Amino acid sequence: MPVAGALGIEAVAMTKRFGDFVALDDVSLKVAAGSFHALLGENGAGKSTLVKCIMGYYRPDQGAVIVGDRERSIDNPRAAHALGLGMVYQHFTLVPAMTVAENLVLARAELPAIVDWRRESEALEGFLARMPFRVPLDVKVSALSAGERQKCEILKQLYLERRLLILDEPTSVLTPPEADEMLGLLRGLSDRGEITVLMITHKFREVMAFADEVTILRRGRLAAQGKVADLTPDDMARSMIGAEELTAAPARLDRRGEARLEIRHLAALDDGGQPAVRDLSLSVHAGEIVGVAGVSGNGQRELVEVLAGQREASAGEIRIGGEAYHATRDEMRRHKFSCLPEEPLRNACVGRMSVAENLAFREFDRPPFAFGGVWLRKSRFREEAEGKIRRYRIKTRSPETPVGMLSGGNVQRTVLARELGERVEVMISANPCFGLDFSAVAQIHAEIIAARNRGAAVLLVSGDLDEILEIADRIVVMFNGRLVHETPAGRADLVEIGRHMAGH
Amino acid sequence: MAVAAAAGTALGWWGVPLGVVAGAVRVSTPFLFVSLGECLTERSGRINLGLEGTLVMGAMTGYGVSYLTGSPWLGVLAAGLVGAVFGATHAAFCSLPRVNDIAIGIALMLFGIGLAFYIGKPLIEPQAAMLPSINLGWWSSVPPLRDALRVNVLFLIGVVLAPALVWGLKNTRWGLILRTAGESADAALALGYSVNLIRLGATMAGGFLAGIGGSFLSLYYPGSWNERLSSGQGITAVALVIFARWDPMLCFWASILFGGAGAFGPALQSVGVTEGYYLFNAAPYILTLLIMIITCSPRRTLTGAPAELSITRS
Ligand SMILES: Nc1ncnc2c1ncn2[C@@H]1O[C@H](COP(=O)(O)OP(=O)(O)OP(=O)(O)O)[C@@H](O)[C@H]1O
Ligand SMILES: [Mg+2]
Repeated sequence: MPVAGALGIEAVAMTKRFGDFVALDDVSLKVAAGSFHALLGENGAGKSTLVKCIMGYYRPDQGAVIVGDRERSIDNPRAAHALGLGMVYQHFTLVPAMTVAENLVLARAELPAIVDWRRESEALEGFLARMPFRVPLDVKVSALSAGERQKCEILKQLYLERRLLILDEPTSVLTPPEADEMLGLLRGLSDRGEITVLMITHKFREVMAFADEVTILRRGRLAAQGKVADLTPDDMARSMIGAEELTAAPARLDRRGEARLEIRHLAALDDGGQPAVRDLSLSVHAGEIVGVAGVSGNGQRELVEVLAGQREASAGEIRIGGEAYHATRDEMRRHKFSCLPEEPLRNACVGRMSVAENLAFREFDRPPFAFGGVWLRKSRFREEAEGKIRRYRIKTRSPETPVGMLSGGNVQRTVLARELGERVEVMISANPCFGLDFSAVAQIHAEIIAARNRGAAVLLVSGDLDEILEIADRIVVMFNGRLVHETPAGRADLVEIGRHMAGH
Repeated sequence: MAVAAAAGTALGWWGVPLGVVAGAVRVSTPFLFVSLGECLTERSGRINLGLEGTLVMGAMTGYGVSYLTGSPWLGVLAAGLVGAVFGATHAAFCSLPRVNDIAIGIALMLFGIGLAFYIGKPLIEPQAAMLPSINLGWWSSVPPLRDALRVNVLFLIGVVLAPALVWGLKNTRWGLILRTAGESADAALALGYSVNLIRLGATMAGGFLAGIGGSFLSLYYPGSWNERLSSGQGITAVALVIFARWDPMLCFWASILFGGAGAFGPALQSVGVTEGYYLFNAAPYILTLLIMIITCSPRRTLTGAPAELSITRS
């Protein structure tokens, strides 16, 4: 075990290629011991690739890593762990089917041949008692909410006594208060010289509030580096996107029409068979965005899944344009229904199929993509895909690249391009900006508002209250499977909403 | 069948449950070993459909080695080792990029069966030393009862092995690492384990057990080597794993159930019921279907399925 205390790290002239694509081009990064360093960049800029090279998850084509004051060759994550480096990955790496305790013990470097669970539990309880937040030990990770999982990931790193912690977008699944609590804790640890933190994020607010220094990447190259105190969010934004223009949101038109999507007394069960959505009624009008606020894990996921046809309702009904709706493919097409689900790589894409194929899912079996309902025209797929890739600025090497190889943000854009590609009349969108950089967020918000202005009924489910306040016309709060509060966005009272989100 | 027929005369209808119990123990043993092996392999995130081939190879090897050395236990060991080699071959092919484990499994199944028939030709005639059994019915004077309680040693090993695997998957380093590879390859990688290496180990262990299951066929019951030895027990056992929700203990009960249902037809026949004989032979399959229908629900996802299996992975 390494001695305690924060560890400095330096990556020198890192280059990483995937085939002939250069994901990282001669990037250097220095993180002083005990500092809190932020790494910024657009989706696909190479942030995750850089830290994965440092952790030995990828092998860089060129470059070196200096840990403390010695150059080290880190061939795999175990070598990095042995040096005291730890990482929380962008996609969760807890094992969902195992309990929290199993996950924590599993991560230890010297896992005993036979695990004495009584002793381990006692040790874990002792450790948790010293921590500012808790997670239940005997619950399977799959039963935890996203926020709890992220806490668990961080607790795991602290439990392993890491001296340098790399976090890849740790707050994208947390509510702002949760994020502040967690980052405050990490900041405290780095102030006391116990750990060094290197954090990837898309949120300037967090950089300004918690980081000492910042490094900004653009298209695989180093774009800027410096002390946070010397920079403004505007400076950082400019370094991130260079000369690119931000998409401006269109002005809101008042086009509120008849009730388009009506949900009546809907109930649904979660994977374990427990009630998740209870007697929920809501209607969304044409030309209106209704924002569903709430802490994640209060039934939002199940609600979206029922609307998307991925889960059966146990009671109640859904009507669109006055007709009963059962989420069949045919009805979706007829009502111009589209859906941007959570975790798009899992819920709305086939990772091993190409970008072009994923873009064509809604329409692949109809003209002009197919004739006679059987033959598919690959060339039309490609043309169509190229157009969407350009319009939605999807960073992919070619339309034939498997979607699973895109960076997190670009997977999201791919789904958005498909779902917004045609004229939509009803749109369900769950955390559409999860993990997106600010230029992509601006673009997606603009597209959603544009769809609303064209008369679409939009249901926006989001854990990010700021997002809801920004684009929704009407806000409802979901707690424990029910809608507990409703207010027009113009007259929204933050304190009131916060109180309802917490269930008071 | 001669013994069972005797039961019919001495015990009347009591012969049926006795026959079912004795049959359950006898017939379930190969199911038990193959399904426990496949359970291990699948918990590591890979499906080895080649176990039918491994089973037949194990039967042939066990018989041959027992014949040559005079020791059936050496035969069992050799069968296990050949199974492990088959497992290693499967794992080696699967660790290549863009290779599908199911396709490789089918190829290895056909290869194993073909190879066993080819090498095993000269073994059809000679008589090899058989595996011993333990007589748990010594206290009884009723011959059919004594016969039903004559239990083979491999079955007893299986009885111990199933709970041992349950315990091991939960409480040992190897168990935890194996489950991690099966539930989330990403998590295993992030922890710094080689997923391919873990799956190699699990597939070899699975092959070892399947090989032993095969040696039971040739060295105990039916107890000879010929080309009609296996009637798809290997494939059935793979299906049993799904049925048993990837739990070794449930694999045990499922094997018993399957063995017992398989013995139902012959047991009935032995007491003179011959009508609908073929229908009763289908009992195991009807039973499986029924249980599947009762326990499955479209509202819940298949619980227990390792998330990395190529059939469940999304
Ligand atoms: N395994 C891989 N194979 C091929 N290309 C890859 C692979 N991993 C990443 N890339 C490509 O490298 C580029 C950088 O990806 P990376 O994941 O580092 O982006 P990022 O900065 O973390 O973006 P995001 O904010 O969206 O997470 C992307 O264009 C991506 O498509
Ligand atoms: Mg990333």
